[in-house]
Amino acid sequence: MNRREFLKSASVLSCAASTGVAAPAVWSSASAQSARAETLLVVSEGGPNNLDIHGVGTNRPGYEVAWNCYDRLMSYGSKTLPDGTRSYDRDKLTPELAEEWTETPGSVTFKLRKDAKFHDGSPVTAEDVKWSFDRAVTVGGFPTFQMKAGSLEKPEQFVAVDERTFRVDFLRPDRLTMPDLAVIVPCVFNSKLVKSKATAQDPWGLEYTKQNTAGGGAYKVSKWTSGTEVAYERNEAWTSGPKPALKRIIWRMVPSAGNRRALVERGDADISFDLPSKDFVELKAGGKVAVVSNPIGNGIQYIGMNVNKPPFDKLAVRQAVAYALPYQKIMDAVMFGLAKPMFGAGSNTVTDPVWPQPHAYNTDIAKAKALLTEGGYPEGFETTLSFDLGGGAVNEPLATLVQESLAQIGIRTTLNKIPGANWRGELLKKEMPLIVNFFSGWLDYPEYFFFWCYHGQNAVFNTMGYKSPAMDTLIDGARAAAAKADWPTYTIDVKGFVDLAFAEVPRIPLFQPYLNVAMQKQVSGYQYWFHRQLDYRTLAKG
Amino acid sequence: MLAQIAKRLMTAVPSIIGVIIVTFLLTRVLPGDTAAYFAGPAATPQAIAEIKTKLGLDQPLPVQFLAYVKDLATGNLGTSLTTGQPVFDDIRARLPASAELTLLGLLISVLVAVPLGILAAVKEGSWIDHLCRVVATAGVSLPVFFTGLLLVYVFYFKLGWAPAPLGRIDVFFTAPEPITGFYLVDSLLVGDIETFRAAWSQIWLPAVTLAIFSLAPIARMTRASMLAVLASDFVRTARASGLSPTKVVMGYAFRNALLPVVTTLGMVFSFLLGANVLVEKVFAWPGIGSYAIEALITSDYAPVQGFVLAMAILYVLLNLGIDIVYGVIDPRVRIEA
Repeated sequence: MNRREFLKSASVLSCAASTGVAAPAVWSSASAQSARAETLLVVSEGGPNNLDIHGVGTNRPGYEVAWNCYDRLMSYGSKTLPDGTRSYDRDKLTPELAEEWTETPGSVTFKLRKDAKFHDGSPVTAEDVKWSFDRAVTVGGFPTFQMKAGSLEKPEQFVAVDERTFRVDFLRPDRLTMPDLAVIVPCVFNSKLVKSKATAQDPWGLEYTKQNTAGGGAYKVSKWTSGTEVAYERNEAWTSGPKPALKRIIWRMVPSAGNRRALVERGDADISFDLPSKDFVELKAGGKVAVVSNPIGNGIQYIGMNVNKPPFDKLAVRQAVAYALPYQKIMDAVMFGLAKPMFGAGSNTVTDPVWPQPHAYNTDIAKAKALLTEGGYPEGFETTLSFDLGGGAVNEPLATLVQESLAQIGIRTTLNKIPGANWRGELLKKEMPLIVNFFSGWLDYPEYFFFWCYHGQNAVFNTMGYKSPAMDTLIDGARAAAAKADWPTYTIDVKGFVDLAFAEVPRIPLFQPYLNVAMQKQVSGYQYWFHRQLDYRTLAKG
Repeated sequence: MLAQIAKRLMTAVPSIIGVIIVTFLLTRVLPGDTAAYFAGPAATPQAIAEIKTKLGLDQPLPVQFLAYVKDLATGNLGTSLTTGQPVFDDIRARLPASAELTLLGLLISVLVAVPLGILAAVKEGSWIDHLCRVVATAGVSLPVFFTGLLLVYVFYFKLGWAPAPLGRIDVFFTAPEPITGFYLVDSLLVGDIETFRAAWSQIWLPAVTLAIFSLAPIARMTRASMLAVLASDFVRTARASGLSPTKVVMGYAFRNALLPVVTTLGMVFSFLLGANVLVEKVFAWPGIGSYAIEALITSDYAPVQGFVLAMAILYVLLNLGIDIVYGVIDPRVRIEA
């Protein structure tokens, strides 16, 4: 080969590159156009690792598959929020697979739809429902845990009365039992199909449902390339609700946030899901696409302190920290204003039995300094401030601001960045003195949040290791009162535990983050869900 | 020649065994608890313990290692928890994507860098030499993700010349039936020009990104190697004998300067396979680099081990290939010491 040949081949290549430039004339052909109109292209950062919500370690995107491909007995209604956006309605259960139900103090009996069929055409029977519920409470891990949150614990509770009648016996009165039957976990599997794929080592057929959807929901997965794409086809025989408008859904994983934004701004992607606040603010200012944001129900970003070790075992020290946090700065510089402040209330004694609600701590360095002296640390102290790198985009600047602010009252903090994979393990040890963290619960009830985060049962989310008999009495009282619909007692207990949480400040709420979604203006029907994933059934284009 | 290849392969066996042991130990020693990560949002110590048992992580290390080796012997690399797929399938699906991108990037890079390097050496101190220096400096000092994002911004977002950075093929195209796993090759093999165009339009931008990054070492090495050869006695003799400059440069000097260039190419290739993680992230490319990183972040052992193993084997094969090419370029290499 000589120099001329080298140069020639180089120039051929650059010519090829310039013709390739004009290549994507894909949208122009007529068939592609109509396919485009009936197809929704969703882009998000990550994809599912398992198509089955009962699987080991199914991640959040996996919930989206389960939600759209399986039916549950009931779902939630929807409502319009004051800002005009749509949300699910916590207080309204609507028929899905069950067309009606009757509740008695001891049980609830569901009547299944006559015409309900699985994707393979076989009818949905009460036996399938029982098998699915038995599976959820038996396989262990997250599904079993979530069922337990609604006092659904034993297979004996679930009775297939006849082909179309299914009964759940209550173990104890629990307000959360009915709502818990409408979350993602108690979905209905095609038991005959899954059983035929089960093996001795895998009696519940988890290996099969990991890769295949075996339900009767509005969509079925037609192709799944893990880490790259999930493609769905509409189930034309679906009867558990109005027929969805979109025939196909293509969900592509685009790891780079900048590119997701470019895709939706250029009109190539229909929905960019779960945007960072900064992109959201800029997209909104750009005005090219529709943007929606809703507060994450029962979700709070907070500063937690380990109450079992000095110096945070002293109330005055915790209060000092609460008065030294740069609340407004965090809202402005970290969240770009896109979050609901959880500070700035007039008083730490609340008037409404609701959660989340703001506390009355504000940034008051002089007061913080005085409290720190009162707590016995006039010179301050040294400690570490830990956070999850997995949520680094929010946690890192937030922690830096907190570090800077605490330094003003003499608390010298070292930032401890913990990789996402280690975070939960570290939380479980309950040894970190000071942390930045986020928690949200599926079921949007104050007593549910407090049961996980403040109760002496010491769940992983009680990251402060906080234990108080008074708090436990109030939380248990509220749960019992809610189950009996004893609202006066419930109100007293809820206000009581919120007041106590604010007075003792083992954790300091900062803000309630938003779930941000950007979509083309022609996309309609988006609604916020407690699971923070997309429901394709109500979405439409054009 | 065959004996040499066999011998070379034999020497690779201990290194592969070493790689297996070291990666196994490293993934176990690294902080991070798989079970805690995969126990889901409402993890309790009990839920975590259940998952540990399920994954066999409660067994002592030697038992885990034996199980791992036993699986390896049957070609089972384990199952990835992040993607939910067998690691072997994941790697088989993803390695061609990375290899296609890397090879194309390298090809573009060679086609630009080698002529540039030769010209720079022949015309030392001229404008083309300065150009070579500028290009090399720019290429090496721009991080790949930055170049990638910049190119996406200019060619996709601003100019609209490149398609959406959505991976190997457009959303409305089906991938060609895998023969080699290279979309460009497979689509041509079955004569599907449309698919070839679709695949080409997706790949050229990430390939150029990689090419820009790998230009520098190749151009610099070509230049340096050529300069050394051009200054040597036999070139002077060839020139003095009145041979044409082309004949001297390409026929004598370049062939002798090629050995270090090929070494650099080998190094750049293996380097690129690893470095294109960021390019894969930017272009949503379903390659092996982003796969391994993802697995590492979630303490997902099996894919990390599978990745390291695949890379080790690839590296051994690459070195073997380079050794063979050496022999072709310079017969003296073939003579055993």
